[in-house]
Amino acid sequence: MTDTAKTGPRLREAARTLATWDAAIIAVTAGFLIVASVSVEHFGTARNAGYIVLDLAPILLLALTMTLIVTTGEIDLSVASTVGLTGAAMGAMWNGGMALEAIMPLAVLLGAALGAVNGLFVTGFGLPSLAVTIGTLALYRGLAYVVLGDTAVADWPRPFTGWTLGRIGESAVPNVLVPLVLLAVICGVLLHATPVGRSIYAAGANPVAASYAGIAVGRLKFWLYVASGAMAGLVGVLWTLRYSSARADNAAGLELTVIAVVLLGGVSIFGGKGALPGVLAAVVLLVSVQNALRLAHVSTEALTVVTGSLLIVAVLAPNALVALRTALRRRRPTANGRTA
Amino acid sequence: MTAVEARSDSATATGSAVLDLVLRFRALGLVLALAVLVGVTASLNPRFLSGQSVRDLLFAAAVTLLLACGMTVVVLTRGIDLSVGSVLGLSAYVTGSALSATGMAVPLALLLGLAVGAVCGALNGAIIHFGRVPPLVATLGTLYVLRGVVYFAAGGSRINASDLPRAFLDFGSGHVLGVPYLFAVSVLVLAAVGVFLGRYRAGRDLYALGSNPEAARLAGVPAGRRLMTAYVLSGALAGLGGVLYAARFGTVDASAGYGIELDVVAAVVVGGVAIFGGSGTALGAGLGALLLTVIDNALPVLRIDQFWQQAIVGALILAAIALDRLVSVRAARALRRKGSHVD
Repeated sequence: MTDTAKTGPRLREAARTLATWDAAIIAVTAGFLIVASVSVEHFGTARNAGYIVLDLAPILLLALTMTLIVTTGEIDLSVASTVGLTGAAMGAMWNGGMALEAIMPLAVLLGAALGAVNGLFVTGFGLPSLAVTIGTLALYRGLAYVVLGDTAVADWPRPFTGWTLGRIGESAVPNVLVPLVLLAVICGVLLHATPVGRSIYAAGANPVAASYAGIAVGRLKFWLYVASGAMAGLVGVLWTLRYSSARADNAAGLELTVIAVVLLGGVSIFGGKGALPGVLAAVVLLVSVQNALRLAHVSTEALTVVTGSLLIVAVLAPNALVALRTALRRRRPTANGRTA
Repeated sequence: MTAVEARSDSATATGSAVLDLVLRFRALGLVLALAVLVGVTASLNPRFLSGQSVRDLLFAAAVTLLLACGMTVVVLTRGIDLSVGSVLGLSAYVTGSALSATGMAVPLALLLGLAVGAVCGALNGAIIHFGRVPPLVATLGTLYVLRGVVYFAAGGSRINASDLPRAFLDFGSGHVLGVPYLFAVSVLVLAAVGVFLGRYRAGRDLYALGSNPEAARLAGVPAGRRLMTAYVLSGALAGLGGVLYAARFGTVDASAGYGIELDVVAAVVVGGVAIFGGSGTALGAGLGALLLTVIDNALPVLRIDQFWQQAIVGALILAAIALDRLVSVRAARALRRKGSHVD
């Protein structure tokens, strides 16, 4: 599986196909949005666009930090469980009579602490992140049930829940778009325009070489897990207030959707490759396809098939292209030889 | 890597009694944990060891145990198969429909389930081997696709026990000498997979591929064929699991087996199969599956809130991989002391 990255030309070729994949997913997304606005009734309205933004917010936020982690060659499957546990903890604190203004930062801090546990196991003890985060996926979700059982906390104050669903002033722009854009820009700048971002790519492409080059790979990964946990804590707050419900099963199974959009956006699961714009486009594509299917009264079950196939094709297509090109190149000299 | 390679030989002797003990500690630890758990629970409530209670436990363990065998084979090659839950659902629905339409005999239903699963497994294997798609991505994709196919096929309908032939339901609820048929099937499969992995060339090749794919290829291991074997096997066993699922519950709807992949991966990891390949046994994975089921069944008896179950599973996974790490570091140090040239 590492063969594709073995030689210089093939690497460059792979990079080129990935770059085109990035552009392709953005083009597909833009194309879909245009076609759907024209052909699906109510899709292109400002109100519907607001719903799409609300629906994609949790996926997008989690995908931002997931992109950073996957680019370093690691993975975090525990994000959805962290959303669940921070939501459950919010519910417990609220039941305990704390003020929501104090609960919200505490929930984000709790998320960061849960992320730090992941980071400690992965970088401190040197354990595989896949296994560690499968473990914490079960552990955090389990603790959410321990905290809240199968009850729901639903008596959240109206001003806060209203804000998550509300719009800016008289405009059609949803409030949640502000933190979305802000965090997306921060992560984008971090990954693509700072030394930290270069270190993330370096750590993912070759951790040994990166550490010889003076990058503290372990510390970098640890803080990325902390960031991922804090982001999941923030999503936990948003999720709880948006649905006005803190439940232990909040966001259950969302981790697979997040991984899917990150890979769909052209990030390599082996690390070192990928870019945020592609991931953002993939999130928009997935959620708006879902939305359009619902508006067109097509069963959303079709979406699971589409998501799965796209996921495979996203990785298969560049590989197939590389294979095709090398096959063509191998044939060309012999053809020349025959004609000469 | 030294440690992993050393541990992959744990099925045979390493020539050092001390090291042998360290390496076998794993299966021993699991048996010990099982024994302590069962002992404590039974001492608090003797009915935990009554025939009915044990039968319930074995019924519950059968499907996870079966799927854990297939997952072991795949994880040994540094792979993973996240699609087992969807394969199980598809197979359960297909065989359930076939049974209610034709009333076929039980062995035929088992074969049909195996075949459906094997086709899905071959699809996974082909995507991974020929498409060079990482196993995690490929099987995450087929997890979605196959579940979508089940939803399409089943829609909102479900197959009820009244639609299924009498003989099939008897197979699902019956037992011989207190052991449910379903569990007996799983144990037979476990034994077969154990022998395959431990004694057959193709099985040993899987360990080689998992320890060091590059070296295995240079040594002449037919990597593609072996990978296909592993995924077809995992798929086939998930398919068989679908038949057992249908037999056990008598009803099948589109969500059969949803989310079971994480339980299976958990069982395998707790059972000491290294997630990055090359090390572990089917017996360990089977014991892992059994341990998780016993915990599930013991909690109510121990008057511990059922809500703790998942948290305990998570903590066990973390403990298991941390323990593995510790043992492998120790083993590597022991080997170095002996001056072996394993690296």
